[in-house]
Amino acid sequence: MKYACLIYSDETDPSANPDPASPEFAPIMAGYMAFGEEAGAAGVLVTGEPLEPTSTATSLQVRDGEVITTDGPFAETKEHLGGFYILDCDSLDEAMKWAAKIPHASSGTIEIRPVPDFSAP
Amino acid sequence: MTSKSVPSPTWADRALAEIHRTDWGRLLSLLVARTRRLDLAEDALGEAFVRAGERWPTAGVPTNPAGWLYTTASRVVIGHLRSEAIHGRKAPLLAARGDWVQPPVTDDIGELEDERLALILLCCHPALHLSSRSALALRLVIGTTTGDIARLFVVPKSTMAARITRAKKKIVAAGVPLAAPIDHELRTRLDDVCRTIYLAFTAGYAPAGGPDLLRTDLAGEAVELAAILRRLVADASQVRALHGLLLLQHARRDARVRDGRLVTLARQDRSRWHHDEIRSGTELISRVPVGTGYTEELRLQGLIAAEHANAPAASDTRWSTIASLYTRLESLTGSPVVRLNRAVAVGEAQGPEMGLDLIDGLDDALARNHRLHAVRADLARRAGNVALARSSYQAAIGLCANETEKRYLARRLSTLDPPDP
Repeated sequence: MKYACLIYSDETDPSANPDPASPEFAPIMAGYMAFGEEAGAAGVLVTGEPLEPTSTATSLQVRDGEVITTDGPFAETKEHLGGFYILDCDSLDEAMKWAAKIPHASSGTIEIRPVPDFSAP
Repeated sequence: MTSKSVPSPTWADRALAEIHRTDWGRLLSLLVARTRRLDLAEDALGEAFVRAGERWPTAGVPTNPAGWLYTTASRVVIGHLRSEAIHGRKAPLLAARGDWVQPPVTDDIGELEDERLALILLCCHPALHLSSRSALALRLVIGTTTGDIARLFVVPKSTMAARITRAKKKIVAAGVPLAAPIDHELRTRLDDVCRTIYLAFTAGYAPAGGPDLLRTDLAGEAVELAAILRRLVADASQVRALHGLLLLQHARRDARVRDGRLVTLARQDRSRWHHDEIRSGTELISRVPVGTGYTEELRLQGLIAAEHANAPAASDTRWSTIASLYTRLESLTGSPVVRLNRAVAVGEAQGPEMGLDLIDGLDDALARNHRLHAVRADLARRAGNVALARSSYQAAIGLCANETEKRYLARRLSTLDPPDP
């Protein structure tokens, strides 16, 4: 079954999320490259994308037919969604093993959510 | 199926209750393993027991009652699966590790593999909330009713029912696997299982108000869970240590309450202790090799419990042995609660002043813990420091939430020497 691994971390913490121009950024990127290769080779990786920081976010609601937009993320929290993977695993145990290898697992939090399968039996 | 017994309602009821006690977990784990449907399996097995309750008193108890129940429950699951298929719903498989296996219709569950270890590990999975794990393990492996589990943890039945339902839904929807992990992971997972069982056990001995002061009958279900686990993984040291420890602590159950009051270890009537269980527990603990981590924690606690349980009278307690065991336990865990217990033992072995020295510096770590003050009060009383004893009893009474214990502390305070005029 498919699992979404949602990568949460503190955008303002430079040790977790260094500036892309800084030398600290390269090893984190290398970690993601290695993860993508390993999960891809194992046939587990379905897709995955990083997200631009929440300073670029727009939150939108439709109320009474009217579109209301706000600058910024939906919830003001310390840790924000910074990217995600969709992994195809046999069980939660396998998904947990892969999630532990995502570089930000050691500085932030990976939320593992099962993706329901609504396809016909 | 053949029925050999003379129809007898009471005998049938008794047979059914006995099978529920001995075979519930085995039957349920088989059903879950074969159908991968935790949501259907438990209800189906419950339904099979209901049908047996209706049928057996008049038709007689079948020659293989467990087999009858298994076959009946399997058919109930198949019925549900067919109706799901007709309605075009996709079955949410529990950990899709293969297609659903048609349950064999059999009379003899003895021939089938024992899946209870996988079921216990499933209930104690780290992805489940700690407060749900022990409840789920008691419900699914032992068949303890939700009402009794609620009583054990002193929460409303509706709260416990919601907690169990939520955990079961998560297991199915999140794909928590029903599979024993490989060797090196099994050790870590067994530590989790032991913690879970110990939590359920201690819940039974946490004083609550009213007639349910202690729930030792339900703590006994946790001991049974440990016994089952030990039979399944006989060579696991932490499981052996846990079972030994629980046997030793549970052996004192009948002496812990008298006239609705808690009785301290020193004042318990030792003839009311279950000495056969003390022998088994002591034997188990003595066969656990010196280890590390949680196993060693359980072993040291077990050795301490064995010292208390094997002392013919309170005055025979080998306090210096207990004190040195606590020293090892403290260096292993760094726990301030362990240090407090060590102070009690040292106070007995080497005098109250030595005990008082040991609890100096615990005030920050145990600021809200009434026991720290109660222990200090008792040590100060014995050291002849009435002023410290008085202020400590008062601090303990102020922090203690349990009425029975509060009354006990107030009695201790009232028997101190009066203050100088």
